[in-house]
Amino acid sequence: MANLIALTPCHALLPVTIGRISVTEITPAQLMSIAPFAGKQKAVTAQLKVQVGIGLPAANRCVSKDNVTVWWFGHGVWLVNADVALNGLAAVTDQTDAWAVIAIAGGGIEDVLARLVPIDLRASHFGVGSTARTMLGHMNVAITRKDARAFEIMVMRSMAGTLVHDLEAATRGVAAR
Amino acid sequence: MRLRRPENTVTFTFDGRPVEGVPGEPVAAALIANGIKLVARSFKYHRPRGVMSAGSEEQNALVTVRRGVQSEPNIRATMLEVAEGLEVFSQNAWPSLHYDMMGVNDILAPFLGAGFYYKTFMWPRAFWEKLYEPIIRRAAGLGELNGETNLDTYEKAFAFCDVLVIGAGPTGLMAALTAGRAGADVIIADEDSAMGGRLLREVEEVDGKPGAAWVADALVELEAMPNVRLMTRTTVTGAYDQGTFGALERVAGPRAPDKPLECFWRIVAKRAILCAGALERPIAFPNNDRPGIMMAGAVRAYVNRWGVVPGKAVTVFGNNDDAHRTARDLAAVGVKIAALIDSREEVEVNADYPVFTGGQVVGTRGRHGLKSITVVHSGGHHEIITDCLAVSGGWNPSVHLTCHMNGRPIWREDIASFVPTPGSIPGLVAAGACNGVFSTAGCLEEGANVAADVARGLGLKPKVTVPPADASAFAMKPLWAVPGKGRKWVDFQNDVHVKDIQQAAQENFRSVEHMKRYTTQGMAPDQGKSSNVVALAVLADATGRGIPETGTTTFRPPYVPVPIAAMGAGSQGKGFAPERLTTSHKASLAAGAPMIEAGLWYRPSYFPMPGETHWQQSCDREVGYVRNAVGVCDVSTLGKIDIQGPDAAALLDFVYVNTFSTLKIGRVRYGLMLREDGHVMDDGTTARLGPDHFVMTTTTAAAGLVMRYLEFVLQVLRPDLDAKIMSVTEQWAQFAVAGPQARLLLNSAFDQEITDDTWPFMACGTVDVSGVQARLFRISFSGEHAYEIAVPARYGESLFRQLTAQAAVLGGGPYGMEALNVLRIEKGFITHAEIHGRTTAFDIGMDRMISRKKDCIGQAAAARPGLMDETREQLVGLRAVGSKDELMAGAHLFEEDAVASRVNSQGYMTSVCYSPTLQGNIGLGFLHSGRARHGEVIRMVDHLRGVETRAEVCDPVFFDPNGGRARG
Amino acid sequence: MRIECPNCGERDRREFTYQGDALALRRPAVDAGEQAWDDYLHNRDNPAGETKDLWFHEAGCGAWLVVERNTVTHTVQGAVLAEKVKR
Repeated sequence: MANLIALTPCHALLPVTIGRISVTEITPAQLMSIAPFAGKQKAVTAQLKVQVGIGLPAANRCVSKDNVTVWWFGHGVWLVNADVALNGLAAVTDQTDAWAVIAIAGGGIEDVLARLVPIDLRASHFGVGSTARTMLGHMNVAITRKDARAFEIMVMRSMAGTLVHDLEAATRGVAAR
Repeated sequence: MRLRRPENTVTFTFDGRPVEGVPGEPVAAALIANGIKLVARSFKYHRPRGVMSAGSEEQNALVTVRRGVQSEPNIRATMLEVAEGLEVFSQNAWPSLHYDMMGVNDILAPFLGAGFYYKTFMWPRAFWEKLYEPIIRRAAGLGELNGETNLDTYEKAFAFCDVLVIGAGPTGLMAALTAGRAGADVIIADEDSAMGGRLLREVEEVDGKPGAAWVADALVELEAMPNVRLMTRTTVTGAYDQGTFGALERVAGPRAPDKPLECFWRIVAKRAILCAGALERPIAFPNNDRPGIMMAGAVRAYVNRWGVVPGKAVTVFGNNDDAHRTARDLAAVGVKIAALIDSREEVEVNADYPVFTGGQVVGTRGRHGLKSITVVHSGGHHEIITDCLAVSGGWNPSVHLTCHMNGRPIWREDIASFVPTPGSIPGLVAAGACNGVFSTAGCLEEGANVAADVARGLGLKPKVTVPPADASAFAMKPLWAVPGKGRKWVDFQNDVHVKDIQQAAQENFRSVEHMKRYTTQGMAPDQGKSSNVVALAVLADATGRGIPETGTTTFRPPYVPVPIAAMGAGSQGKGFAPERLTTSHKASLAAGAPMIEAGLWYRPSYFPMPGETHWQQSCDREVGYVRNAVGVCDVSTLGKIDIQGPDAAALLDFVYVNTFSTLKIGRVRYGLMLREDGHVMDDGTTARLGPDHFVMTTTTAAAGLVMRYLEFVLQVLRPDLDAKIMSVTEQWAQFAVAGPQARLLLNSAFDQEITDDTWPFMACGTVDVSGVQARLFRISFSGEHAYEIAVPARYGESLFRQLTAQAAVLGGGPYGMEALNVLRIEKGFITHAEIHGRTTAFDIGMDRMISRKKDCIGQAAAARPGLMDETREQLVGLRAVGSKDELMAGAHLFEEDAVASRVNSQGYMTSVCYSPTLQGNIGLGFLHSGRARHGEVIRMVDHLRGVETRAEVCDPVFFDPNGGRARG
Repeated sequence: MRIECPNCGERDRREFTYQGDALALRRPAVDAGEQAWDDYLHNRDNPAGETKDLWFHEAGCGAWLVVERNTVTHTVQGAVLAEKVKR
């Protein structure tokens, strides 16, 4: 059998630019979920610091160092974009192909996301390093602020098309005003 | 008539006639400026009506905008801004506004009063739906929907703030300034196209400058504050729990592609200040509804704000000091005041126009526009020639939002109005006119003080500075209805007059809620904003009670009509629900496969080949692939849950009825999951990948449910279990490879060959496919020698294309949902058609799987005698006796000689198909004591589709009952 | 309606899935007898006033919460993680 061809979740969908907003795909080399076992959270942080230089951030926070990022990803779950070995300390599950990850950036970005996301994403309440598990339209997402005018959004891979559709519709509406 | 010659104009049409308007002004102002008085026909009697107010409370001037698919009915001309080329139409009139045939209703009026429908159209009963209702619906009504799919764009949005200021009149602006200056995160919203409220409409000074100039300065200051957000054309429509408010924004400017017409906002505010102002109320006097009779404050608004004059000789009729402003302001710009009539005896007025104190208007003339009025004064009748009558019966504070969470307003005798009950909406405080404070100075002061309190509550340090302004007290004496004969309108929008309310009281609909429903007062789109207090007063009088004892009806959201299109914005078409697409989606579409929705997923029904004209042909062929060669099917949609931890096995033992702690590494076991009430929740296979590592599969339908359920077990029922779950449904693209040639096909893909010894039935492990690590499970949902292979999703499309291409070489190919269903019915495998929520493990013949050696969910309840009764409906197979006889899912089963009625139902069909393997129609169903009735012939009756078939009851496993094919 | 999630902070009701009375926290033993199981499975009070019920932050962090609220005033007093509740 011929070699298998790898396709990214948004390979036929992105990039797009509408008005001042651009949407591009991010393809992390690795995305591993980390769910520490009972009483092992501190030990996990210690191990992570050894292995990737950063530990588990607090809820709703995301930390980066060099090329490694650790996101809080839900109740008792984190995500790291690197391979980690935490045998006996945490359930580590490969999620690299499970999530479509996109970067959305540009002027008026908060107005666009306010059409879709039911939480306060203004910089005063959701600064750089903030991350949240919430909704975008009808979809469950993880959303992280990257800088003053840029966010990163993760959605289940199968819904990548809907994510792009919803972002495009909201962006067009805001741009047309 | 216009006071000033406008600099710019636009032209729109009203009923096809060009009308000149000034940018920014409402259509109502332009119509008035052009002397167009007749703008609408009333709801029930088709009476000629004109513009009455200058705000969202407008009762009469409802119009339809545009024609065809873009038309919108019932738009208030007072809120609709003029625009070049805008097409505006009157509604509820035929053939035209001036010669409305349905005006005959007005002549028949004595027969059409309150309760008319209920009394007249009672009998015969069958006539109501077919005859009476359609006639009434045609005769009465407002604008009509165009009946076409709405293609316009609407929007929904979310906003957050510390302080929401609702209304931007003097109170709201002062509140926003005070809170904003203190650093609070403020949203100020107003439904008008410009902020300022009554300061734009009155001739008054604030801080030594004209009100409008003070407003302009305030807006400059607010706009410069980064912590303040100003939302014009935005009506706050409802107050909801925990500081959530709904608001409807009419998006400014001309239509454009992609541009939303309206945006429905959900605003979440820590605190809210209601500065909604007050609405002027009419007085009920005979024929008080003619075009040209307007609210006194509205007349001032048109003159002072828009520079349009509603008449050549204007009369003012009121019961309060405020009405006098209208005469004063109009006289000051040179409009002739025909008379000022004040119903109070004791007032003194110095003016150079006729003044009738202690006078009342008792009649009006002029069919399509007011021509004259009759006044009773000092016992005599006076006819006054006038083309505009400005009326003021006092002011009703806009308490509506404070009632949205069941708050009841309080009656205040001095202003003869209701004011909000403090604390009705947690976190919301009312201030200014909506709180019964009617002077500008009082409003500014209360706005500042309330905002300062709110800011302090948020930990800020506000400073209160209030500019000087008009502080004249508001004096009034109630006058609700003028005595005498004639129809005195109370609810103009729903055509309810004084006598209707009196009749309701007479017929013992004395409760205000009953009166409302009997007369329909307050039920029109305006929800009785202007009419409610007058109606209450009339009812109170008719029942000999006071107004506070009579009470009020309940104000519910929304404050103004909100289009469903705005609330459902974004949910049309592709926005209705997310589409979940598998990695093989494009390849399936390319093969011509029609897609079928499975929850949010899209799955191929079948893969048509050239020459096939019916899905059944494709389906039969695909079944043949699996039974005779090899078929490939994308099963990625099944839920896949990664389970790890020291207690992973214990978790599985707890959620499945059978035991998983004994499962060997590298093996797969079928598991059955019950709900705690003993009924089946889901089934699937679980594989053991390591000592503390399992991967569970669920059905496609229950994937989300099971995930939620496992979290429930771990967090609520058994937090003592140290196990972690993670959905990996999306991580892996998984394909069933089924059929006698399955292994041959897979071996062509694998880097290392598998054999029956290395991969026996129910084995699992990892394999390499062109260097990619894959998971392989030897499991079968078709009864054939079969595998499921999972690769990281990025390789899904590529693997699917290669597997199906290779399958074709071996005489097989892809198969879809139709074939998958046939294959599993032939084997008697259940899906959620069978485990539909009311079946137990006993019913499907799996009760012996329930292990008694451990506690598991549903075990206790499943043991109840009622769930183990032999006479329960049990899973059976059914085979149509005649080869052409159809079986129908959902049909009921009856004994051969029984009447096919509900009481005789013996059970029902759940799944049916034509089996190309067995060459006959077969199905699964549930039958009373079914397991003991194999061999019996039974009647299947589908009452809905009119199908009746004789069927033989049999074992649900139709094909290969010993399972040798899957093992071999 | 808004609920304060101990992990995520205050969120709109749309993110949560309602389950039912928090008595699910007190699951009877398998041999507790018919009455105990009947009560656990079927019998619920319908109080006008304070309630404790289970909500799942499904479109958020995935935590199961015990939410205290008042069915008369609609006040939401607070929410705690179900796994931390003593039982």
